[in-house]
Amino acid sequence: MSARAFDAVTLVPGSASGPVLKLDEPLSFWGGLDSATGTIIDRLHPQRGASVTGRILMMPGGRGSSSGSATLAEALRLGRGPAAILMLERDAIVVVGAMVAAELYGLTCPVALAQGQDWEALAASASLTLEAGANGAAISAVP
Amino acid sequence: MALDLSPFDRELLGSAHGGGAAFAMRLLVRFAEAVDARSFIDIEAAHIDGCLYHGRASLDFVERMIDLGGKVRVPTTLNVGSVDLIHPELFVGTKADAENGARLMRAHLELGCAPTFTCAPYQTAWRPRFGAQIAWGESNAIAFANSVIGARTNRYGDFIDLCCAMTGRAPAYGLHLTENRGARAVVEIVSIPEDWDDEQVAVAVGHTIGRRCGGLVPAIVGLPSGLSEDALKALGAAAASSGAVALFHVVGVTPEAPDLETACGGFTPELRLQLTAKDLREAARSLSSATDGASLGAVSLGTPHFSIDQFVRLMPLLGGERPVIDIFVNCSRATLEELRKRGWEERLSAARVTLVADTCVYVSALLRANVGTIMTNSGKCAYYAPGNLGVEIAYGSLAECVASARAGKVVRL
Repeated sequence: MSARAFDAVTLVPGSASGPVLKLDEPLSFWGGLDSATGTIIDRLHPQRGASVTGRILMMPGGRGSSSGSATLAEALRLGRGPAAILMLERDAIVVVGAMVAAELYGLTCPVALAQGQDWEALAASASLTLEAGANGAAISAVP
Repeated sequence: MALDLSPFDRELLGSAHGGGAAFAMRLLVRFAEAVDARSFIDIEAAHIDGCLYHGRASLDFVERMIDLGGKVRVPTTLNVGSVDLIHPELFVGTKADAENGARLMRAHLELGCAPTFTCAPYQTAWRPRFGAQIAWGESNAIAFANSVIGARTNRYGDFIDLCCAMTGRAPAYGLHLTENRGARAVVEIVSIPEDWDDEQVAVAVGHTIGRRCGGLVPAIVGLPSGLSEDALKALGAAAASSGAVALFHVVGVTPEAPDLETACGGFTPELRLQLTAKDLREAARSLSSATDGASLGAVSLGTPHFSIDQFVRLMPLLGGERPVIDIFVNCSRATLEELRKRGWEERLSAARVTLVADTCVYVSALLRANVGTIMTNSGKCAYYAPGNLGVEIAYGSLAECVASARAGKVVRL
C-alpha cells in the first residue's frame, strides 16, 4: 500500500521515522517515564510498561507538573527517548525537553502539532515519517 | 499571532550579551511560542529549582552555560539541593550521589546565583516586593510569592527558570498579566475544628483546594484574619502538592483580596465549594498512611523550610523529657545562622533535634534504610514522602509531632 501524506506544524525541527505509540491518556514524564529504560512507569497509566524508545510518540497533550523537561532530555541523552513526538496541543514541557537534548547533545527529537481530523488515521498507521522544517511539517504514513 | 521580539531580545539572540544568554534566549523563544505568549517582559529576580540531581542532563545544561561564560542577569536565589553542604556527614546515600548533588549545587554558584539553597526564599533577605515581575521555580515558593506577597510569576520548571535568570526576561503570559489573576473558584470555610491551630487549618484547606480546584485560582473566605505567614506558607505548600495551585486569595488577608469582588477581578466564579470542620478533619486524616499508635522511626519538620518564628513556637515544646527518636528540622542557612546567634543550636541538639540546611529530608538521603514510619506537620511532606522515600507517613500538628517523638509512636492530642 502507498503512503499517505498529512500536514503538521513544527514545534521543534528535525526528521525521524519509526513505529507508532499512541498514548490513550496524557503522561507526565516526571514520575511517569523511567529515563534509564524509556518505559512508562506511571502506576495509573493504561500503557504502563510500554516503551517509548524509538517510537513516534503520539500524545494529544501534556499533563500536570512543571517538571518533566529534564526527564525527557535525560531519556534522549541515554538513547531511550522517542524518535519524535506528535501532539494536538502545544506543550511547553515537551518542547523544552526536546530542545535541550538538541542543543546539548545534537540529538534530534522533532515535535510537531498534527491536525485533529488526521489523528486516528495517523494512530492506525504501522509507521510514520516526520519531516519538521522551519516552514512547516509533513507526515508520511505507511498503513 | 507571532511573537514580538524587542531590540534587546534580538541582541540576546544574536550573542551581543554572550553565548550563555543566547542559548537561554533560544530556548525561551521556543517556550514562549509553545505557551502562545506574544512578547517578553523584564523580570527583577529569579529563583531556580535546578539543584536537585536527577540525572546527567541537568548537570550538562548548567555546565554548558558555564562553558559559554554565562552569568545570571538578575538577582537569583537557589532552591534546595540534594545534599546539605553545611552538614555533609548527614548524607547516607552513595558517594557518587553525594558528589553529583554537590557538583550541581556548586555549578549554579558559578553562574552567579546566591547560595540560599532554600525552598522558602520569601522568608530571607531576598523576598520580592508587591507587584514585582519574577521568574520562580519550586511550587510552594511560587504560590507564596503570588498569593501572600503579590509578586507575579508563572510555574516555571526545569531549565526555563534558569533561562529567565540568564536573560532577565520572561514570556508575557499567565500570572504575569493582571487579567489572569482574578479568582475563578470561591471556597467558603463554614466551620473549623475548634481544637486546631492555624497551621493545621491551613494544611487541610490547602490540601483540599489543591484537589478540588484544578487549575482555577481560588478565593477563600471564612479563614481567621490573623493567619500568620507560616500558616499561609503551609496552605500554599499543601495546595501546590495535591494540585497545580500557583495563586490563591484569602479574602481579608492576602494583598490582592481586600474583599471577594476584588479577589475575583471581574470574573463570575465557575466553581463554589463549602468546607466544614468535618471536611477538614477528613482531609487531614487522608494525609496519614500510618495508623494512630504506630511505631515511629523519626519526625521531620520544616517542609517548606522552618522559619525563625516556627522555631520560636517549637522551643517551649521541647522542654521536658528527651525524645526517643530523632527530630529532623529543615531550614535555610540564614535561619541556621540566626539560631547560632541566639545560642539555640545546642539546646536543640540536646532535645535530639538534627538541623538540616540546604536540603530537605524528603528529597535527600538522610534517613537510615528501613527507618520505618515518619511523622510530619507538613502537608507537602506527607504528600510526597511515601513516593519519594518509600516510607509510611503520619501527619499531625507540631505539638503532636513533638509528643510522638517522646513516645516513639503516633500520639494524638
